[in-house]
Amino acid sequence: MKLFEYMAKEIFRRHGLPVPDGYTIESADDIKEVKHPVVVKSQVLIGGRGKAGGIKFAETLDEARKAAAALLGSEVRGYKVKHILIEDKLDIKDEFYISVVMDRSTRMPLLMASADGGVEIESVPEERIFKRTIDPTIGYNPYIGRELTKFMGLTGDVAKQVSFIAGKMYEIFRTEDAELVEINPLVLTAEGKVMAADAKMTVNDDSLFRHAEYKGRDEELTPIERKARERGIAFVQLDGDIGVIANGAGLTMATLDSLSLYGGRAGVFLDLGGTDSPEMVRSAFELMVEAKPAVIFLNIFGGITKSDTVAVGLREAISSMDVGVPIVARIKGVNEDKAIDILSSIGITAVSSLAEAAEIAVKRRNEVRGGD
Amino acid sequence: MAIIVDENTRLIVQGITGHQGQYHTGAMKEFGTKVVGGVTPGKGGQEVVGVPVFDTMREAVGETDANTSIIYVPARFLKDAAFEAIDSGVKTVVIITEHVPVQDEMEILMFAQRKGVRVIGPNCPGVASPGKAKVGIMPNAIFMEGSTGVVSRSGTLTYEIVNSLTEAGIGQSTAVGIGGDPVIGTTFIDALRMFEDDPQTERIVMVGEIGGTAEEEAAEFIKEQMTKPVYSYIAGRTAPPGKRMGHAGAIIARGRGTAESKIKALESAGVKVARVPVEIAELIKADL
Repeated sequence: MKLFEYMAKEIFRRHGLPVPDGYTIESADDIKEVKHPVVVKSQVLIGGRGKAGGIKFAETLDEARKAAAALLGSEVRGYKVKHILIEDKLDIKDEFYISVVMDRSTRMPLLMASADGGVEIESVPEERIFKRTIDPTIGYNPYIGRELTKFMGLTGDVAKQVSFIAGKMYEIFRTEDAELVEINPLVLTAEGKVMAADAKMTVNDDSLFRHAEYKGRDEELTPIERKARERGIAFVQLDGDIGVIANGAGLTMATLDSLSLYGGRAGVFLDLGGTDSPEMVRSAFELMVEAKPAVIFLNIFGGITKSDTVAVGLREAISSMDVGVPIVARIKGVNEDKAIDILSSIGITAVSSLAEAAEIAVKRRNEVRGGD
Repeated sequence: MAIIVDENTRLIVQGITGHQGQYHTGAMKEFGTKVVGGVTPGKGGQEVVGVPVFDTMREAVGETDANTSIIYVPARFLKDAAFEAIDSGVKTVVIITEHVPVQDEMEILMFAQRKGVRVIGPNCPGVASPGKAKVGIMPNAIFMEGSTGVVSRSGTLTYEIVNSLTEAGIGQSTAVGIGGDPVIGTTFIDALRMFEDDPQTERIVMVGEIGGTAEEEAAEFIKEQMTKPVYSYIAGRTAPPGKRMGHAGAIIARGRGTAESKIKALESAGVKVARVPVEIAELIKADL
């Protein structure tokens, strides 16, 4: 789950990591006074806001309200602005970069920092980026901060502040179950203070059961995506028109690859994962119908999700709703015979080869929508 | 021979009294696995499909001389169960549980490393060595004993590929599902190394998917250290960037983790890469 900047900064503040003074609004009238120059920042879960016009500056109450009114409800790089963060404008002397991310290769947190902040980190040359794997058994220690600030060419009080922030980044990463904590830019002000001008955080979805504070504060999902998430189904919208229901991520991707070999493209994919509940299958099928594909392609290789469980769920779904589009089914694995019987009782012929089923699905799609 | 599990495997099932635990204990016994005990706290003294249940792992290992455990407990209890397994004296721990918090995974692997325990998973279908033992949830019927090793990040896609190998008359030495999470106990390289050293295995099928750089790292290893031929399929050739394709690890982020990059790395290491799963069997047959 990606956090909005204002949410990440609330967490930073709670951990004692310096952030500019600010508050969040949902209406321009919520701005009551402007004592210092402020930054009016649209809260969207995408980078490059500044360039896209999502960040404005104001010196008076009137200017701030006008800027906020212009941003609220507008779209920044395709994301609708619902919240705005009003923050004291910093007098910027220098900009740095710092982050902690889960590194897949070492399976440990990776601390990265650079004196070249304020630009995309991908555009910074490798030799200008400090990288240090942190062993969780010892955690962050001051020597890492000394190495990091030396690498960045910082000294004295600024080095001390940056070291402190590096330690806080690691603390936040660990205690908040993050996959990513990133500050870009980390700003050195004209007054000599180092603080987080921006804040990016991704919290590990699988840890949300122990973080009740994020309930109802999740990222912007389409209504159908929200429903899927509530039901524990992986639901992804793509740009074709074949609706794919499969069990398991790898098999789902292999299904998309197989469709593409016959010239078909998936519009939605829905991964049932491991389930033994027909009810879950039924509700997944309802979601799929709601997404209005040209044809529904069901590809099940039974294991922990048994084939007949899926067939029963499908039968229940079909008996309670008008599907309106052809269904192509491929069933294999645990209890496939039972599943094939159930499906044939509702008029669906299941095939056992993925390639054959993919070819049929594309053919049906072309009958419905026309095409090459 | 075979790798990780074989006729010497003595297995404890953690979470044996749950629905999945019971069902798969039965299926593993049918496969020929020596399931010597199960653990569910508070249910010690019971029996599940003829297998004695214990309250703790330490007790179970002490009574049965087990060397392997498989874990089915829900994600929120997984860290505790995995620590208990690693601390109990078994040498191999297979974690089936999905949706495990990534930082829990990290802590589990650090402890396992210190204790010299091999972890498979989490979020994986387990390991099967046909004719010897299965520690996992893969369907029994798809396997056939033989000389092809299979290693895969996926669950059901592993079944798909093993099934197509069997249908083509190509038997397997061991099939290992290493799991689809970004942080996992046994990597492609670990499995490839074991297959390279296993006399029964003559060739390896490596099933990857988009996301991360594990396949690229494996390609490097294959080029430098493998003598046995490797065949591969990479799922997600048609997946768009920025979308998490079901697995936590299956995402093309910041231009990294594309299928093209993986296929290119593998092909330059001499690996034959299939476009769709069923093609793997055809590629192998062409070389026989």
